[in-house]
Amino acid sequence: MPSRWKLQVEGLAVGFGDVVVLRDVSFRIAAGSIFAVMGGSGCGKSTVLKAMIGLLRPSAGVIHVGGEDYWAADDARRAEIGRGFGILFQNGALWNSMSVADNVALPLRMLTRLDEAAIAALVRVKLSLVGLGGAGGTMPAELSGGMRKRAALARALALDPDILFFDEPTSGLDPVTAKRLDDLILELRDGFGTTVVMVSHDLPSLFGICDDGIFLDAGSRTAIASGAPAMLRDQCQQPFVRAFMTRERPPDDGEASP
Amino acid sequence: MDISQGRGWAAKGDGSHTVITLFGDWIARRDGIEEGAAGRVLATGAPALAFEAGGLGRWDCALIAFLSTLRDGARQGNVAFDEAGLPMSARRLLALASPAVPVPAPPPEMPFVSRIGRWGVSLYAETLEAAALVGGTGLRGIAALRGRSPMRGQDLLDCMREAGAAALPIVTVVNLLVGGILAFVGAVQLRRFGADVYVASMVGVAVVREMAALMTAIIMAGRTGGAYAAHLATMQGNEEIDALRAFGIPVFDVLVLPRVLALTAMLPILYLYGCAMGVFGGFVVAVATLDVSAVSYVAEIRLAVSGNQFVLGLLKSLTFGALIALVGCRVGLAAGRSAAAIGRAATHAVVAGIVGVIVLDAVFAICARALGV
Ligand SMILES: Nc1ncnc2c1ncn2[C@@H]1O[C@H](COP(=O)(O)OP(=O)(O)OP(=O)(O)O)[C@@H](O)[C@H]1O
Ligand SMILES: [Mg+2]
Repeated sequence: MPSRWKLQVEGLAVGFGDVVVLRDVSFRIAAGSIFAVMGGSGCGKSTVLKAMIGLLRPSAGVIHVGGEDYWAADDARRAEIGRGFGILFQNGALWNSMSVADNVALPLRMLTRLDEAAIAALVRVKLSLVGLGGAGGTMPAELSGGMRKRAALARALALDPDILFFDEPTSGLDPVTAKRLDDLILELRDGFGTTVVMVSHDLPSLFGICDDGIFLDAGSRTAIASGAPAMLRDQCQQPFVRAFMTRERPPDDGEASP
Repeated sequence: MDISQGRGWAAKGDGSHTVITLFGDWIARRDGIEEGAAGRVLATGAPALAFEAGGLGRWDCALIAFLSTLRDGARQGNVAFDEAGLPMSARRLLALASPAVPVPAPPPEMPFVSRIGRWGVSLYAETLEAAALVGGTGLRGIAALRGRSPMRGQDLLDCMREAGAAALPIVTVVNLLVGGILAFVGAVQLRRFGADVYVASMVGVAVVREMAALMTAIIMAGRTGGAYAAHLATMQGNEEIDALRAFGIPVFDVLVLPRVLALTAMLPILYLYGCAMGVFGGFVVAVATLDVSAVSYVAEIRLAVSGNQFVLGLLKSLTFGALIALVGCRVGLAAGRSAAAIGRAATHAVVAGIVGVIVLDAVFAICARALGV
């Protein structure tokens, strides 16, 4: 029987040189859920994501993707597992020397045997999904920040991934566009059964679409709470987590009480 | 009794606790920050500190700096720090100035021997990586020529245009001038023997054998090698390379291969063009200033320059092209992610490219001599 866990992370530790950024982080992500990675700035959210998508080798711990030990696999196998990932980087990371349409098309050209006509059709669909139907011919530098983000999302969707990783998908978007993006994420999940892992600070979108999540802490460099964002807001005992979720200053914020 | 005092403060104590009286203005821009003041207060050795701030005038971060150093020192020495006597606003700012997250200690200074060891290991790793890059280029290059690489033809064409046609103006100017200069210098010497006509063979041999290949390679190291490094380093900083790797698209085939192939293919062509320009530069100078006719210049050149010398020049430019492109790509891919890293990568690639080209040229000169070319 296939496990209901799409991703399992156990005892993950990541460091840069001698600096430990994360230690002993464990969580599981159910297939078809939308999972939030939360925490203050610099606590290592992007770092967790990079370990899960194969860009940073953990110094300890295991990551299972669909039941398979991801980092124990050899490079070729890991690349193969990675074909099932769609990734939206924090700053978009579009390939600046190619047009938007080529950005979406490149993975299809490089990694599939589709002909140009099929690729063009797929590119059109992905771009119109994110509301950039007419922008295929433009260069990334000519787009606004929000459009660039959406173009990067279209590229993340290029190979119809079964896990989508988002690093702050809604940051820099206006509330309406952000809401539309949330709806799109929900539709992708409901329609294709995609599992979504997203790093986000955006409270409305956390409460609106995430089923589960984990909260990382910059001080202790590990997870201090887990559960759905709305649950953390209402029930978490950790003052910092509660404060984060309600957008207030935590009680012990270093400010002397009058 | 007075224990200690400085600008704007005076510490009075009775052995069990010290009261620090703050007075006057504390304006950092105007008065600076008194060095060691906090240390002098703490040196009194009192187990508790308290404040009296009735006479305090205007203040800014100078006061906060003093207080926070004092507080941190007190905390370390287990001295009680009673801030009740401070103005409310100063207490708030002081709280903000607390180090919220403990700063990780810097790694301890390594002993000399370990440093040498680490340097040796990194040199070894670097060599391995460079060898892998050269080997990889060879293997993937062969695959690409057989049409079995995911390299995009369009990328290759773009790189070839950038490394070829776009470089023509500067290659023209430099080689023309070098040919002309050689003719001038040669003329001064040869005229003394009445051997004016040999200026043609001198220019021809020097240009075809050495100068055209060397000058063109140096230009391309500065122009294209540096650009490759800067471009790849920028992509690194934008996470564009991460995005490629995350998709599982081979970075090597997409980024390195087209550049190496393009420059390796274009440099020999530029070399031939550079030879023509150099010889022409010499021709102009010789005909204009010396007693040499156009016909005898051409005849003399044809006598002096042999096919072997062209082969040598072509071989050299092939190797120079591969070297410059590999160095540029290697440096760019190994660069850091900051804006400064991009500049450093470009400079590094140019310097390493030029030095590499000259060293290789010397090796070629020795080999050619041994082979009697
Ligand atoms: N390449 C690197 N080298 C050294 N340290 C790094 C590197 N990348 C990140 N770090 C450190 O790792 C920590 C976590 O960084 P990370 O980018 O994961 O934070 P984050 O939680 O994504 O923050 P944000 O919400 O601001 O994006 C930070 O303290 C950062 O300084
Ligand atoms: Mg981040």
